[in-house]
Amino acid sequence: MKRAATYGVLALLAACASVPVGERPKLSESDLSEVYAVLKRDFHARGAATMSRVEPDRTQRMCNLHADNPPAELARALEDEQLKNIPFPAEIMGDWKRGQRIAESGVGLQWSDRPGTVSGGSCYNCHELSPRQESHGTLGPSLKAFGKVRGSGAETQRYVYGKIYNAKAFNLCSQMPRLGLSGTLSEQQIKDLVAYLLDPGSPVNR
Amino acid sequence: MSGAKRLLPAALACASIGVAAQDAKKEIEKYQRMIADSSPVELFELEGEALWKKPQGPKNASLEQCDLGMGAGVVKGAYAHLPRYFSDADRVMDLETRLLHCMTTLQGRSREDATRRVFGNEDRLSEMEYLSAFIAAQSRGVPMAPSTSHSKEQAAFELGRKTFFYRAGAWDFSCASCHGEEGKRIRMQDLPVLYKPENAKPVVATWPAYRVSNSQFKTMQWRINNCYQQMRYPEPNFGSDITVALTMFLTATGAGEPYRGPGTKR
Repeated sequence: MKRAATYGVLALLAACASVPVGERPKLSESDLSEVYAVLKRDFHARGAATMSRVEPDRTQRMCNLHADNPPAELARALEDEQLKNIPFPAEIMGDWKRGQRIAESGVGLQWSDRPGTVSGGSCYNCHELSPRQESHGTLGPSLKAFGKVRGSGAETQRYVYGKIYNAKAFNLCSQMPRLGLSGTLSEQQIKDLVAYLLDPGSPVNR
Repeated sequence: MSGAKRLLPAALACASIGVAAQDAKKEIEKYQRMIADSSPVELFELEGEALWKKPQGPKNASLEQCDLGMGAGVVKGAYAHLPRYFSDADRVMDLETRLLHCMTTLQGRSREDATRRVFGNEDRLSEMEYLSAFIAAQSRGVPMAPSTSHSKEQAAFELGRKTFFYRAGAWDFSCASCHGEEGKRIRMQDLPVLYKPENAKPVVATWPAYRVSNSQFKTMQWRINNCYQQMRYPEPNFGSDITVALTMFLTATGAGEPYRGPGTKR
């Protein structure tokens, strides 16, 4: 039995000699079509989670085909296109107190959510923000004292709003969700998060 | 705008884990050692054994003649050699998919009946979870070695690997979004880089597992299901080829360590 298992592993290694175990493969067009077809067959819509979500859009396609590292000029074109489509509000700073609750909340867009659930931003899942909240993830960079370091000028406000609305407009294959474009957060919610990051009174900056 | 666009991302890229977080991590590790000593997993194994032997379904048969890959009724070491190809079903199956197959064939139950409650809760595990605890425990000490010689087993591995890196969904996530980089966390939860053998091994050697934080016993079918929920995808069908392929990719990547589960998790 043990010998059979050893041969099995050897055969497996031989079968995928081009991409060894432990390495990241680059997906081809046909790989994408194959996975998409299987997802369509093996998943079902539930609650807010519709089947249209398993089909990659142009940005996701580009990142899949280039293992998150697309050629610079292709990435730039898709970034600029998305940047142009960010609907910036006239007034960008909201209320940091509301922003704090949005940053803490991880609900929304899941099949388990009740219809009408107001989504959170899940910010603390990946980022450090207020030093008072020790339970924070590290998938994204620390945003501690973000406004203290950068100030809260008009350019910075626009950058932060845009980054939360559509992170892919700044870095095409960023791991950060496009929280405005995906319909996760409303304009007002993003404005409140901008204030949470930039307002001098926010715990992020104190 | 363009100035801010150039400068700010660079300034953002200075992640650090503070002293407080490191202390918290030590506390969590201490807590994990403590809880491993008081796990109810053994009781679940006994309950699973009783269900394995209990006649059920239209054929009033037990699962004792179920072939988990090492011959009808052989449970010793069976889990350590899954997933594998089964010629009677002409597909690759993981433990739960195979148990479901035996429920429909040996016991004559409908798929609907057998999958009505595949994921339990803190009050009561599901039948599938009790059975998984029992079967997996019979592989303790056996090195994890899923079968990978059949072409369909190799195809499952490759499909699982491609799926692991496929980004889509409302939040643009693939499995690698969270399990693709060393030393990362969601909140306080460490995230193993599951396509790396050294990270996959301890995971493969300890699932299915009891989760202390919610007092529930969870299987790999549940783990995949819950990941896709958090990834904002639609729901994978229980025991579908895609779930088996992901399990094959993970298990073959993390093969080699003796099984020491069912484990106890945070």
